[in-house]
Amino acid sequence: MSARTGLWGILTEPLIRQNPVTLQILGICSALAVTTSVATALTMSGALTAVVVLSAGVISLIRRHIPDSIRLIVQIVIVASLVIVIDQLLQAYLFEISQRLSVFVSLITTNCLVLGRTESYSRHNPPLRAMVDALGNGLGYSLVLTVIGAIRELFGAGSLLGWQVFATVDQGGWYTPLNLMLLAPSAFFLLGGLVWAIRSILPDQAEALDYLRPDDPENAA
Amino acid sequence: MTELWSLFLRAAFVENMPLTFFLGLCTFIALSRKTASALGLGIAMIAVMGVTVPLNHLIYTALLTPGAWAWAGLPETDLSYLKLIAFIGVIAATVQLLEMVLDRFFPAIYASFGVFLPLLTVQCAILGGSLFMVERNYSLAQSTVFGLGAGFGFAVAVVMLGAIRARLAYADLPQGLRGLGITFILAGMMSLGFSAFAQMVAS
Repeated sequence: MSARTGLWGILTEPLIRQNPVTLQILGICSALAVTTSVATALTMSGALTAVVVLSAGVISLIRRHIPDSIRLIVQIVIVASLVIVIDQLLQAYLFEISQRLSVFVSLITTNCLVLGRTESYSRHNPPLRAMVDALGNGLGYSLVLTVIGAIRELFGAGSLLGWQVFATVDQGGWYTPLNLMLLAPSAFFLLGGLVWAIRSILPDQAEALDYLRPDDPENAA
Repeated sequence: MTELWSLFLRAAFVENMPLTFFLGLCTFIALSRKTASALGLGIAMIAVMGVTVPLNHLIYTALLTPGAWAWAGLPETDLSYLKLIAFIGVIAATVQLLEMVLDRFFPAIYASFGVFLPLLTVQCAILGGSLFMVERNYSLAQSTVFGLGAGFGFAVAVVMLGAIRARLAYADLPQGLRGLGITFILAGMMSLGFSAFAQMVAS
């Protein structure tokens, strides 16, 4: 990305092409745990996007005053303070969902996505660009979370956002909920599948082989 | 004693940090490319979690829990919202200290850890361990055992994943699945396997 890329480019680039979750492997810690339903996924996305945008703004504003040697500590303290504010807000206004998110809102502090953006972008760029970049990354993260959350809720409980799409057997309908979808392994499988899908559409993202195959004629020479 | 043992097994296998709670996945995925680096990460995790969880327990009960300042005439003070900053500080300090001690007295081990040690400061699993400790009201002994168990579980999982990935290095995978994609699917299968441990400890 050149320095001259427009703000629109900075915003849209991380949505699919430079998606923080599927390409840069940032922030997956929390991405999988909260995606059993769309509601928790959306709350988590909102919280993370708010934290990443605000922390990018703050850090970018004081970027010339942070000594290099203690910058990680300064960044973590700023992020942690913002997370505490968001956590208290969620507990005050969305108590039920905040109970279901349990420790994962607090864990935004150590979300690699937030520190990754502040460390690699906000530290070198003016506030507006830094915040737009953070917003783009937050939205990219939200996109992945929402897609996985929707798939898991739809097939695991037959509903979307609590609204019943497939009538389940318990309610006299035809759909037998797939319990696996609500358990941990399915999140790994879905994210793996999503990565596979994205990399099949955009083959330039595929990783090179770690080793060359000796029996392959192309590598023999 | 049996209670503590079953807590250890529960923390290590039933509630395995990366595979059932998805904590610490960033390092779990990034550093499992080779078995040797996975082993280094695992040992560092056991050490750091075994130290920070009980330490955070002491700090939380002594300073932050509601009513901790009653002796100073402030019975109403509730500082528990500060736990996040306190825990992060303790973890960062512990990691730094561990790094300095290893560098001074065990340079060989220090060299083999390389970059993993400083990275542990921002490891979700370590902070998550301390937060779970608060949420579940563990005692000091319980939190020590919980920290060691969770670290051990992480080490086992990451070494196993590293070994499987090393075996797959020559496999002929579809192009889009190479690297990240197959790692997630492997982790999913390991997670399926670990869910069988749920029967092991009576909850």
